[in-house]
Amino acid sequence: MRICSSAIRGSALMRRVSSLKTAMVHRSFIGLETPETPIEVEKGRIRQFAAAISESNPIYFDDAAARAAGHPAILAPPTFGFSLSILHPQTFDFKAMGLELARILHAEQRFNFGVPIYAGDVIRVRARITDTYEKKGGLLDFVCMTTFGRNQHDQPVFEMTGLIASRRRPQP
Amino acid sequence: MSIPVYEDVLVGDELPPIVKPPLSRTTLALFAGASADHNPVHIDIDAAREAGLPDVIGHGMLTMAYVAQVLTGWVSPSAIRSYSVRFVAPTRIGNALTCTGTVIAKDPSSDGTVRIALQAVDQFGDVKVRGDAEVVLARGATRTNDAEIV
Repeated sequence: MRICSSAIRGSALMRRVSSLKTAMVHRSFIGLETPETPIEVEKGRIRQFAAAISESNPIYFDDAAARAAGHPAILAPPTFGFSLSILHPQTFDFKAMGLELARILHAEQRFNFGVPIYAGDVIRVRARITDTYEKKGGLLDFVCMTTFGRNQHDQPVFEMTGLIASRRRPQP
Repeated sequence: MSIPVYEDVLVGDELPPIVKPPLSRTTLALFAGASADHNPVHIDIDAAREAGLPDVIGHGMLTMAYVAQVLTGWVSPSAIRSYSVRFVAPTRIGNALTCTGTVIAKDPSSDGTVRIALQAVDQFGDVKVRGDAEVVLARGATRTNDAEIV
């Protein structure tokens, strides 16, 4: 499945958010990046995440069970990496981009996986906006972004590509 | 967990389905906290109504995590190479999701990669998520009749 099928465009240049006050998501957000930031993977958060998705496999909860299955520590369920992108302290400010959080819908999501994420890892996370466009005559704004994660051994753990859609508030 | 072997897996094979209890507000609150996705549209009915929705909706990433359990119930999480979904429709409170997967392709020139089509449907049969994944299986023929292998 191809996610965000339009080609990656834009430069890596950081662009100033504050200067943009248009109603739609401005195309100049393309290329906006978050700085690469180390995020600790806490054992408790993995357990909470696994419990919240009603997982019961002990490799997500119990060190001994994880080691018995050949892992160095309890591991994170596959989609856990998405939470690391949210935990990035300088994650994209959708509000500053003119998007209302409550009107944002997740449209598509892709993960390319590297090595698993384990409790105690420190994942360096950075994200980049690769495309913005509108549909339905401007009723929907789309933002496509890719997030990269590498562990403390400099091994890639994920490359995530997400597409979000924001419903514009009807004009009176 | 018995580990599937590439040679034993056939196009059309269905993976064991994952059935989840009806979606509750508690589940959404716990997932919001655990996943760090605090978007109020998932946990605050006032915010959802303000945004023009009749009620809170489930996190897409919760459904994506449920569907991934079709894969991790079948192979080790480290065997999953890629996983993509399209969020077709939002999940609602009370939706009971059944997540399924079917082997749709095998790549004989690969290291044992198979492609899985995935979906989540609610109790009314409405599709909430469609997706696919690439999974790397162990190689090693255990089947004696090669003619069965598509």
